[in-house]
Amino acid sequence: MKISMILNGKKTEAEIDADMLLIDFVRSQGCYSVKRGCETSNCGLCTVFLEGKPVLSCSVLAARANGCKVDTLEGLQEEAEEFGSFIAGQGAEQCGFCNPGMIMNAIALFRENPDPSEEEIKEYLAGNLCRCSGYEGQLRGILNFLAWKKQQGGAS
Amino acid sequence: MIKIKDYVRVGSLEEAYELNQKRSACILGGMLWTKMGQRQVQTAIDLSGLGLDQIEESEEEFSIGCMVTLRQMEEHEGLNAYTDGAARESVRSIVGVQFRNLATVGGSIFGRFGFSDVLTLFLALDTEVELVHAGRMPLAEFACSKRDRDVLVRLIVKKHEGVTVYQSHRNSRTDFPVLTCAVRVEDGKGCAVLGARPAKAARVELPAELAEKLAAGKASAEELKAAASEISDQFTYGSNMRGSAEYRHHLGRVLLRRCMEEIQKKEEQ
Repeated sequence: MKISMILNGKKTEAEIDADMLLIDFVRSQGCYSVKRGCETSNCGLCTVFLEGKPVLSCSVLAARANGCKVDTLEGLQEEAEEFGSFIAGQGAEQCGFCNPGMIMNAIALFRENPDPSEEEIKEYLAGNLCRCSGYEGQLRGILNFLAWKKQQGGAS
Repeated sequence: MIKIKDYVRVGSLEEAYELNQKRSACILGGMLWTKMGQRQVQTAIDLSGLGLDQIEESEEEFSIGCMVTLRQMEEHEGLNAYTDGAARESVRSIVGVQFRNLATVGGSIFGRFGFSDVLTLFLALDTEVELVHAGRMPLAEFACSKRDRDVLVRLIVKKHEGVTVYQSHRNSRTDFPVLTCAVRVEDGKGCAVLGARPAKAARVELPAELAEKLAAGKASAEELKAAASEISDQFTYGSNMRGSAEYRHHLGRVLLRRCMEEIQKKEEQ
């Protein structure tokens, strides 16, 4: 079957099998930031935006994204770089495998709630697993980023 | 891994019902549970083009389309105002936001899953389901019926004055629940629902005297403890990797007591 979507701002068409998952589709289009992790819809590594909302691309058929807007980290470079430097500044990532999914979901949080509390951050990111860090570094990075944003005088 | 031969985004509920009469067909909800299976699906039926992804509120009821996501339920102001935040509380520990942006109310209810937080909550409310072929029936009746080839269209929650409290116990924050509990008091009556026992959620009615005391905020700590113990004895419990039957029975007493304490606090406000 043929599908068409706006992937990272660019109209993308392809012939796919009915059971192709969105993760496989975006990776076939060169979006390698989207990682395959648990495959049980639990780890958040494969997070992409579907119509602006964070979803697990390992659990969505590519066919279902037909006619939709899909964004991966490759399409959010500027936003991701700005925030990612705060994560790196804390040495928060070790192997780094969880980082693209975590950054995607953190960006979704900042868009929904520009001034989240620590508890709101923890709750929003509960679906992003990291097996190296224990999350403290990421939390510090996020809080520092939000404080910096406030200093800059603008909401995220 | 699920294998799908054909994918059809249907244009009507009748089309979905017709296609779904074949055993090899499968209606897609959020697809999170379905994709974990090893099924060979001839036709995957997608209802996402039918506008069933809305929560509509009127003076008398809420109409919750089968494709409404758990995240929509979590964020809906009207539903959360009506349930005193129990709608949000019932889903907020289900994996993560990305998961809840996919998982649907219809998928959770139609599956009649034992672990379902969503089924536990809606059983405590005055809820009906609407099916394409069978029409409307109480959720409690639907939950006990065998799975068939019908198509769930929406849930209808009728509004009454009352208070709802939801609590669950999990071994870790985003895991399946070990036990789910909802208590509702309305119009001089009340009910308690326990789910994930690990059998699917079941409902018992509260004694009228207890419901009235809860509504008036006048039950003592001792009375609540005794009532929680009596109510919890009316359910059956089983064991699985998350907890033994004895542990679940104990949790039942604790969660029921806490829910009733919370009801009294909310009634006082």
